[in-house]
Amino acid sequence: MLEYTPDRRPTGGLRLPAHKEASTAQPIARGFMPRTLVLALQQHQGPPTTPVVRRGERVLKGQVVARARALRSAAVHASTSGHVRAIEERLVPSVHAIHRTRCIVIDADGEDEPLPPGSGAAWPEDPEEQLERIRDGGIVGLGGGVFPTAEKLGPHTPCKALIVNGVECEPYISCDDVLMREAAAQIIDGALIMRELLAAPVCIVAVERDKPQAIEALLEAGRASGDASLKLADIPTVYPTGGERQLVEMLTGEEVPSTQYPSEIGYICQNVGTAYALHRLVRAGEPLLSRIVTVTGEGIARPRNVETPIGTPIGELIEFCGGYVGDVDRLILGGSMMGYALPNDEMPITKGSNCLIAAVHREVRQDFSERFCIRCGNCGTACPARLLPQELLRAARDNDHALLDEFGLNDCIECGCCDVICPSHIPLTEVFRNAKFAHARYQRQEVFSAETQQRFKRHEERKRANVERGKARQDHLIHEVETDKAARQRAIEAAIERARQRRCNDSDAE
Amino acid sequence: MRFDVAPGPHTAPIASVPLTMRRVLYALAPAALAHVWFFGSGFAINFVVATVTALAAEAAVLRLRRRPTRVPLNDCSAIVTAALLSFAIPPLAPWWIPAFGAASAIVVAKHLYGGLGRNLFNPAMVGYVVLLISFPAELIQWIPPRMGDLDYQHLGFLAHLTYSLTGALPADVTIDALTRATPLDLVKEGLRSAQTYSEVRAGSLFGGIAGRGWEWINSFIALGGLYLLYTGTIRWQIPIMLLVGLLFPATLLWLFDADRFATPGFHLFSGATLLGAFFIATDPVSAAESDRGRLIFGAGIGFLTYCIRTWGGYPDGMAFSVLLMNSAVPLIDRYTRPRIYGRD
Repeated sequence: MLEYTPDRRPTGGLRLPAHKEASTAQPIARGFMPRTLVLALQQHQGPPTTPVVRRGERVLKGQVVARARALRSAAVHASTSGHVRAIEERLVPSVHAIHRTRCIVIDADGEDEPLPPGSGAAWPEDPEEQLERIRDGGIVGLGGGVFPTAEKLGPHTPCKALIVNGVECEPYISCDDVLMREAAAQIIDGALIMRELLAAPVCIVAVERDKPQAIEALLEAGRASGDASLKLADIPTVYPTGGERQLVEMLTGEEVPSTQYPSEIGYICQNVGTAYALHRLVRAGEPLLSRIVTVTGEGIARPRNVETPIGTPIGELIEFCGGYVGDVDRLILGGSMMGYALPNDEMPITKGSNCLIAAVHREVRQDFSERFCIRCGNCGTACPARLLPQELLRAARDNDHALLDEFGLNDCIECGCCDVICPSHIPLTEVFRNAKFAHARYQRQEVFSAETQQRFKRHEERKRANVERGKARQDHLIHEVETDKAARQRAIEAAIERARQRRCNDSDAE
Repeated sequence: MRFDVAPGPHTAPIASVPLTMRRVLYALAPAALAHVWFFGSGFAINFVVATVTALAAEAAVLRLRRRPTRVPLNDCSAIVTAALLSFAIPPLAPWWIPAFGAASAIVVAKHLYGGLGRNLFNPAMVGYVVLLISFPAELIQWIPPRMGDLDYQHLGFLAHLTYSLTGALPADVTIDALTRATPLDLVKEGLRSAQTYSEVRAGSLFGGIAGRGWEWINSFIALGGLYLLYTGTIRWQIPIMLLVGLLFPATLLWLFDADRFATPGFHLFSGATLLGAFFIATDPVSAAESDRGRLIFGAGIGFLTYCIRTWGGYPDGMAFSVLLMNSAVPLIDRYTRPRIYGRD
C-alpha cells in the first residue's frame, strides 16, 4: 500500500482537544440487543420508504420492513426478530435536526432469529443489479450524511478517485477509529468493491495522524490485498479536515465549486463504516442492521463504542453503557462541534447516528453572554471555507441580503470553528444557521415578488389592450352608422331582434 | 430522561477578550519594570494616572450612553490603552498629561466611534498624538537613563510625584538639568547639522546598538512580543511586516551611505519600533482583517515610520504611521478579501 501525499495543508480549522481516549480504551462492544426497535421510514437523504409489514406481524432479523422505491432511497430492515407493535409517527433525529416521521415499532422477542439461510441470492454480475442490491441492502453514508450509497456509486462523471474517509476529525467521535483498528481488512475489501463499481483509477484512504493503530491496521490490510490502486494518506489532525469539501481540497488541490457536489468533479467520498457495511452485504449477504456508535462523555458510566442495532432507543443504549453518572447537563447526538442537543433519550439511533455524548456541566459551552466583536480576525483564519465570519455577522444582523450573498453565507459549512475561537463569545454558527433560513425565505420572496410584478404588468397590458380594442370597435360602429344608411338599418334590426329574443326568454322563464 | 437543549457548537470557547487583554498586560510587565529601572518612577506614576482616568472616562461615557458598565470595564482594554500611552509619554510629565491623553483616547477615539470594536483609530495613538500636537513642550521632556557612569541628576519617587502633581522641583534642581534629548532626537538633529552618524553616536547616551537603557527596554518589549506570538494572542503578519517595512529601507540606505543614515539596528532598538510592531499595530480593532491585508497594513506602518524618522518633522513616526494606516484599513480590507472556497 503506497503512501499518498496530500497536495495541500488544511485551510483554516482548529486543533481541538480530542476527548477520544475514554471511548477507544476498550474494543467494540458487540452482542447488544435492545428490547424495542423504532425504525424510521426515512433515515436517508431522499424519498421515504414504504412499509411492507403489518401490525402484529412477526419479523425476522434481516427482513425488509420498508422497501425503497427509488434509487435515491434505501430499504429498512428489522435488526432483530420480534413483533410489529405499531406503525406510527414519532420524533426521530436526522442529519441536522429532529423531525417527525413514520416509524415501524417492533417489540424484540429476544430470540434474534435470522432469515433462513440461503434466502439471499448470490451477488449479481451486472452493475445495475448490484446498485439495486445496495439500495435494497439499506446502505447509506454512515459518516453522518446518510446519502444513499447506491446513488453515490451509480454512473457519474468519470471518477478520478475514490476517497475513503476515515479522518474522523470531530472531538469525541471514535466509531470509525475503532472500526479501522478491528476490521481494516473488511474496510479495504469494501473499498475495493466500491472502486470496482466506480471504475476509479485510484482509491485513497485518508486517516488522521492521531490514529496510529488504525493506520497500522489499514497498511497491513492494504499490503495483504495486494491491490496497487490503494493509497493511504495520513493527514494532519485539524478539525474539520474530514468534511468532504475540505478533504478533496487537501488531498487533490482541487476545490469543489460552490454549487456542486464532489462527485460532479470526479471525486467520490465514502466513509469507512459504509465500506464495512458494503463488505458485509456483498460477502455475507447481510443488509445494514447495525452501526458502531460512540457512547461517551463524562456523564456516562462506561464510555465505549457499541455495535448498535439500528432503531435502538437511545435510553436503552445508554443503559447498556452503565447509565448516567453525575449531573448530565446536555445529551448531544454527534460530535461536540456539529452535533445537536437532544431534549430526551427516547428517540432511536438511526443509520446516521455516530456518537452520543452525555456531557456534564464543565464539558460544554455555558457562557452565552457575548461582547462586541473586536475584529481580531481569528474567525477568518479558522474558517475552512475562507469566509470572513465577522463581516458575515454584520451583514446577518443588518439583514443585508446582498452582502450576505457577496460574503458567501451559503458557503458556510457550519463547522463551528469561528464560534469556538471567538474571544467575544459571539454565537456565530447559530447566527449563520438562522440567517440561512431567513436568506432562503428572502430569496423565495424575491422570486415570488418578481413573478407577481410580471403577472401584474401582463394583466395591466391585457386590460389596456381590451379597452383599446373595445373602443376601436365602438368607434368603427359609430362611424359606420353615421356614414352608411344600410348599416344603420341593419343595426336597428339587430337591436329589435335582440329585444324580442330577450322578451321570449323572459316569458319562457315565467 | 429529559435534558436542556442549547445550540451548537457545544465545545467551550478557547479564547476570551479579557484573557487576551490580560496577556498583553503580562507581556508588557518586564519592559515596564525596565522602564522604571532606567528612567525612575515617572512611568509608574503616569501609568496609574492614565489607568484611573481611562477607567473613570470609560465608566462615565458608558453611563452617558446608557450601556451596562460592568462587562466593558472588566475586559482590561482601557488598562492596555493606558499602558501603551504611558510608554509613549516622557517620565517627567505633569499629571494632567497622561490624564488628558487617556481621556482623549477613551472618549474621543474609542467611545465617540461606538466603543470597543467600533473604533477606526488606535485609541492609545490618538491620545498620544493629541498630546504631541497640543502640548509639544511637555512631550519632549525626556530624561537620560540611570546608568552608573552617567553623571546626570535623577529624581526619587517622592520628588517625581511632587513634580507630577504640583510642577515643583526640589530647590537645587532645574528642569533643564534633568532633561535630555532622546537618541532619536540626537540622531535627527546631528544628521541634519551635517554630522556623520558615527560622530552622533559617539555620545555618552549611546550604547552598542542604540540608546543606552532603551536597548534593554526594547529587548524586553520584543520578549513580550514573542510571548504574545507564542500564546497565539497576536499573529505574525503585522509585526514581521512592520519590521520588514522599516528595516528594509533602513538597510538599503545605510548600505548606500553609512554616514548619513542610521544603522538598521539603531532603528530596530530605538523609539517605538518594537512596541509598535508587537503591541500597537497589532490592536485587532483598528487593523486590517484578513491575513493578506495585515501584511500590507504592517509593511505600510513600518515604511511610513522610516520615512517620518528620516525625512519628516518628528524624531519618531510610529503614532502617525499607525493612524495613517488605520485610515487606509477599509480600503485594504476591500481589496484583500480572501477568495471563498469553491468560488471564482
